[in-house]
Amino acid sequence: MRVAENLNAALHGLLAGLPDLYVLGEDILDPYGGAFKITRGLSTRFPDRVLSTPISENAITGVAAGLALSGDAAIVEIMFGDFAALAFDQLLNFAAKSVSMYGFRVPMRMVVRCPVGGGRGYGPTHSQSPHKHFVGIPDLALYEMSPFHDCLAVFEEMLARAEPCVFFEDKVLYTRPMHAVEPPFSVSVSDGVARVSLEDSPDCVIVAGGGVAHRVMAAMRSLLLEEEIVCTLLVPSRLYPFEADVPAAPYVFVVEEGTAGGTWGAEVAHVVHSRLWPRLARPVGLVHSAASIIPAAPHLEREVLVSEAAIHRAIREAVRG
Amino acid sequence: MTATLDAAVEPARLSDEDLSLMLTIRAFEDKLLELFGRGLLNGTTHTCLGQEYVPVALEPLLDPADHVFSNHRGHGHYLARFRDPEGLLAEIMGREGAVCGGVGGSQHIRRDRYLSTGVQGESLPVAAGVALHLKRAEPGRLACVYIGDGTFGEGAVYEALNIASLWRLPLLVVVEHNGIAQSTPTEAHLAGTIAGRAAAFGVGHLLVEGADVPRIRRALAPVVARARAGEPQIAEFRTHRLGPHSKGDDTRPPRPARDDWLARYAAAHPDQVERLERAARAAVEAVAADVAARPPTRWERP
Repeated sequence: MRVAENLNAALHGLLAGLPDLYVLGEDILDPYGGAFKITRGLSTRFPDRVLSTPISENAITGVAAGLALSGDAAIVEIMFGDFAALAFDQLLNFAAKSVSMYGFRVPMRMVVRCPVGGGRGYGPTHSQSPHKHFVGIPDLALYEMSPFHDCLAVFEEMLARAEPCVFFEDKVLYTRPMHAVEPPFSVSVSDGVARVSLEDSPDCVIVAGGGVAHRVMAAMRSLLLEEEIVCTLLVPSRLYPFEADVPAAPYVFVVEEGTAGGTWGAEVAHVVHSRLWPRLARPVGLVHSAASIIPAAPHLEREVLVSEAAIHRAIREAVRG
Repeated sequence: MTATLDAAVEPARLSDEDLSLMLTIRAFEDKLLELFGRGLLNGTTHTCLGQEYVPVALEPLLDPADHVFSNHRGHGHYLARFRDPEGLLAEIMGREGAVCGGVGGSQHIRRDRYLSTGVQGESLPVAAGVALHLKRAEPGRLACVYIGDGTFGEGAVYEALNIASLWRLPLLVVVEHNGIAQSTPTEAHLAGTIAGRAAAFGVGHLLVEGADVPRIRRALAPVVARARAGEPQIAEFRTHRLGPHSKGDDTRPPRPARDDWLARYAAAHPDQVERLERAARAAVEAVAADVAARPPTRWERP
């Protein structure tokens, strides 16, 4: 099963199981089924609760907050995660704040889905990984789609938090298969964190969101074969607040596609430093895209976005010197 | 689509109950400015002096099961709905008995189906979402949103009006058009008219001039009924903000007494005003003394 199918099946399952759940977004109705076809079939089965909206990201997110405030649940599709900037006030100043600013906890069951990431030539305003802009907002949890986490379980977890969540979906994952890992690596999932590893204890632990997992796994493979460096990859479903049991290893890296500066990785590094500093050989390394906009032309885009080669190089240099 | 309610020449006599409520709001806001002046309040506040009659006129037209969304200038909205000056003052002062534990303060209050937020225009899309829920789950109920003329600068207003009209949501937008957005007069921030903007979205519009409460209610009743039936409506009150935006920040020249509904009403009905005003001020005075003596709230982050 491809990741897009897993996500689509999750939305079908949620709408079937939760009679008070709405799905809102632009162009999400059949036969179009959303810009990335993730909502395909939903409006045919649930025409009253799958609503196509005007091009109004701020209002759609506010409407979702209003539904949540009324006791319903809502999932919003932002066509491109870049446009979540237009919904920022509703997320920052209303939806997240409402959970606690009225003195008592107000449950807010809502998820804002954001297709993100580059590699498809969509250019500077349709290719970003805007995670960092949402890190550190009280009562706003951040999740990322991964090939190792069943989307239905992740959405059930987000709605059970009863606080607004942003769910980042790297667009390059949609066509990838679920749960695929090439030997000799194997994958296991516990406490919401997928772990791709060998039996040997690792020289290096890499923390990464689901969107860059394939690039990291390719680098892990070449590091093993060419340099005999053993890496373990941790892919948390929930990016923020960040919690993961990082195995003992002298080197820790965080890999993400977001551009340099104020990154999610810096937040992860801080958490890891606070807990593991004495046993690290050097500070947590951050591997991310360049401090740049994301160009449209493929050769220029490749120069900016984080790549398998960049991950390999950073880890080899740290471990081998 | 636009109807107009002209100003009444002679203010009709109000019930003691209505006038008392309006005078309580007046006394409450005056008290806040006095407490600020004496350094007894923290942060900021926005008083609704001159606009007290707007929520009082609306109050009997709304059901407790209707949702009310208020804004930064919301003390009158809250008092008209709950008649609870103790809870509100305790919230503003961060004292025991505060409606929201002192966390929200003057402009972030939630109680039952009443909620206020401090960002302009933000509540309109949220109210549209609530109205969507009501349309499906509790037909006949509505979401009422208070905004000001300045709020029309926000894009969220238009996104929400568009959706409310498209989806036929039970939404009533009450505009307190007081001619001034903080320090900027309407002529400097609003092109065209609010009526024109309502018409653009196929939303009903009633222009309310004057402060004759019984007459306003008669004009509003069919408007509120249409909103309940899923025809979104804008009720635009041409009103006057007598006081500063927050405190001590009014750069306008002194306003004529005729701008104040209370001055006009008192000229026509002096005995009733004198009797009820004294009682309202004494009651607010007692509340202020009581609340100021209470210990600070304690908040355990939920």
